[in-house]
Amino acid sequence: MNHWITPSILILALTLLSGSTLASEEVNLYSARKEALIKPLLDTFTKQTGIKVNLVTGKAKTLLKRLQSEGRNTPADILLTTDAGNLNAAKTAGLLQAIDNTVLTAAVPQNLRDSDNQWLALSIRSRVIVYSKERVKASELSTYEELVNPKWKKRICIRSSSNIYNQSLLASLIAHNGVSKAEGWAKGIVANMAQSPKGNDRAQVKAVAVGICDIAIINTYYMGVMQEKDADQQKAASQVSVFFPNQEGRGAHINISGAGLIKGAKHKENAIKLLEFLVGDEAQKWYAQANHEYPVKASIPVSKIVNAWGYPFKQDNLNVDELGKHNTEAVKIFDRVGWK
Amino acid sequence: MQSSIASNTTTTAKLKFSIRRPSGWTLAAACVALIIATPILTILGFLFYPSTDTWQHLADTVLTDYISNSLLLMLGVAVGAGSIGICTAWLTSMYNFPGRQLFVWSLLLPLAMPAYIIAFTYTGMFEVAGPVQEWIREAFNLRYGEYWFPEIRSLGGAITMLSLVLYPYVYLLARAAFLDQSTCALEASRTLGCGPWRSLFFVALPLARPAIVTGLSLALMETLADYGTVQYFGVSTFTTGIFRTWFGLDDSVAAAQLSGLLMTFVFVLILLERWSRQQARFHHATNSYRTLPNIKLPPLMGWLATIACLLPLFFGFLLPIGQLTQWAVMTFSEMVDSSFYALALNSFLLAGTAAVLTLIPALILSYGSRNHATPLSRFLVRLSGMGYAIPGTVIAIGILIPFGALDNSIDAWMLEHFDTGTGLIFSGTIFILLFAYMARFFTVSLNTIESGLGKIRLSMDEAAKTMGYSGIAVLRHIHLPIMKGSILTALIIVFVDVLKELPATLVLRPFNFNTLAVRAFELASDERLADSSTAAIAIVLVSIIPVILLSRTIAHSRPGQPQ
Repeated sequence: MNHWITPSILILALTLLSGSTLASEEVNLYSARKEALIKPLLDTFTKQTGIKVNLVTGKAKTLLKRLQSEGRNTPADILLTTDAGNLNAAKTAGLLQAIDNTVLTAAVPQNLRDSDNQWLALSIRSRVIVYSKERVKASELSTYEELVNPKWKKRICIRSSSNIYNQSLLASLIAHNGVSKAEGWAKGIVANMAQSPKGNDRAQVKAVAVGICDIAIINTYYMGVMQEKDADQQKAASQVSVFFPNQEGRGAHINISGAGLIKGAKHKENAIKLLEFLVGDEAQKWYAQANHEYPVKASIPVSKIVNAWGYPFKQDNLNVDELGKHNTEAVKIFDRVGWK
Repeated sequence: MQSSIASNTTTTAKLKFSIRRPSGWTLAAACVALIIATPILTILGFLFYPSTDTWQHLADTVLTDYISNSLLLMLGVAVGAGSIGICTAWLTSMYNFPGRQLFVWSLLLPLAMPAYIIAFTYTGMFEVAGPVQEWIREAFNLRYGEYWFPEIRSLGGAITMLSLVLYPYVYLLARAAFLDQSTCALEASRTLGCGPWRSLFFVALPLARPAIVTGLSLALMETLADYGTVQYFGVSTFTTGIFRTWFGLDDSVAAAQLSGLLMTFVFVLILLERWSRQQARFHHATNSYRTLPNIKLPPLMGWLATIACLLPLFFGFLLPIGQLTQWAVMTFSEMVDSSFYALALNSFLLAGTAAVLTLIPALILSYGSRNHATPLSRFLVRLSGMGYAIPGTVIAIGILIPFGALDNSIDAWMLEHFDTGTGLIFSGTIFILLFAYMARFFTVSLNTIESGLGKIRLSMDEAAKTMGYSGIAVLRHIHLPIMKGSILTALIIVFVDVLKELPATLVLRPFNFNTLAVRAFELASDERLADSSTAAIAIVLVSIIPVILLSRTIAHSRPGQPQ
């Protein structure tokens, strides 16, 4: 019997430790954004409003699965992700509800919101080209499409196609140029890769710095964080420059981090308050300064580092929910062309 | 003892009683096995869905890659972890050389190191832009491409990382087996003119084979389930394929079917392990368990043995811990606050509870299948043990779905009949998290208990019963002393495994509930290696005490050893 008593006590202790969710003023958040990149903002929100934010972080797809299996009884009020595709998937699965709030619609431009206002963007990042200052001239670069030119053979570094940012980039090419052209592009990039894809975006910057390749495709904020991080990363970052592609045409590919309101949210009012806070000036400044993202609110300045790359730049105006729609096709193309 | 001899009649009654019992035990065992197998059955259930055209796409493109890489990875880890584990176990059991006392327990330390942490750490040190290659370039004035350096982010790298942290399973079980062998067999082989190495290959290894195969199969199951390392190194295996199919191609049915295919791999592995155990026709004929005389090696050979044991310890533990410590010194003050202690406490309590909870069904099942195994119950037990080779995320989904359905049906039923809903009872609580650990690590507990129980021959029970021992008394006076070591081993391995566990925790945990592993992984996967080091070291520190306990257990587990 001893076997049972100890664990029961432990479970009780654990449940208590795990934080009571009985507080009256609270809001429950499922976040695909990692704790370190969201908690500071949530703490500020709690301090200002007295509303406690309960947080679970995880991968977007598994959070979606959790929402689905918990069904109408889910405790979650808000789903936060770092790409539009998964918000769109949540909408398609019928997990979200329309947010009817003028503060929010006024703050976030139309192309950064769901057409039915079931979700909205909280911050913007662009997927850009970085190049070696030593071996590449900016004048040699122009568009994403141009990167398949044989002159880049064995000179490009880019991460695995399992990553959602590459999937979204290819999805945008599908949306603009059609499937077969997009497949030709992916094939061309694979042919020009300097090494088989490995590591995340920061590793690609380091690879350019060391000389494995001359250009890489990465998300902007990684570059920003590297430039202000420890000496090693700063050193690598100092050897590359940022180039915004397609400035003469449709603009550089962008993606968002965003949030949707869960259908049947039990703390709807508090959830809206939290969303209002996240698109408010203070939070938008934090996104810009602490993580070097682009604010959704045009009136908020970008960080000094980001500004130095050139701001404003021309952004692809494609409605971001298109990215989610073409995601599956993008992955199939990657498989077919052998992009690891 | 003599005073408790009972009359013949009661003994006969007891024997009859114990013959009538099986159905109860078997039933209980089958129920327990079925419950633990819930997530696996849920995933297998997807096999009955009509397959989508995704399969054709996979077969045309990446499936061969998934299969061949997974097989190569398993083969590599089998060779790597197997040879390190067996060599170090043999050396520390048979010989005396400088540092042996220290190696006996410290060789287990890499067990405390999560594979993804060692992968991150080695990448930080040895990648092209890392300090080591930087130094080579500066010292010899070379550029990238002008010198050769092994690529850490590769299949070979993944094999090395996994071998370094998984060899302790083989070491643990092989050493226990070597220590268990009666000296007679070994002495006989020596009198017949076998040198130490011939004794190893012709006597000790065949005798220890079942234990070694068990250790290897644990290591290989963990290899199959690994996601963090292969994903980080860009090696496409079954696990990365499952996630890509599910997250990228958005086809959960095909992903589940891939998991089903993975399970057939595992099943083959399990069958091999069973077969190997049944082939063990070598038994100790005598019970002569004098303390094994350790052969003192001559100085040169002794130091070679020291180096052989030092290498895996160094690369599997000391080097990564050194790097982590260096990082932690830089970031310690920033990363440790009051919430950090809560993390450590959460992890510790969670791991402790899970270890105990996993032990109970393992005891029930191994006792249940000991005397009265039916083919069905044996199959169920194997099925419930498959969780160890299934990626944690897949297990977690296999738990989310049935418990979500259960919760919502209870709620709907209550609403209909009593007008008050119950909401979610299990979902989003510690309960299903603990259940996930149980489903995932059950096999570790079960294998350890079963191998312990294997040492107690049925004739020993019968002898005790003839002497009038009651069932309880047999358990207390015969089983407990012999099983103590196995029980502790099972507890400790599951404890350490849960402490390192990441994916299922990430998916199933309640609000505001973090563990050390979650903290370390979130930071490390963002390539904030230095920031993640404090949590990583904490995982290792929390594991070290149980790991040392474990090695003491083995040292004392030898029959005839003073307790």
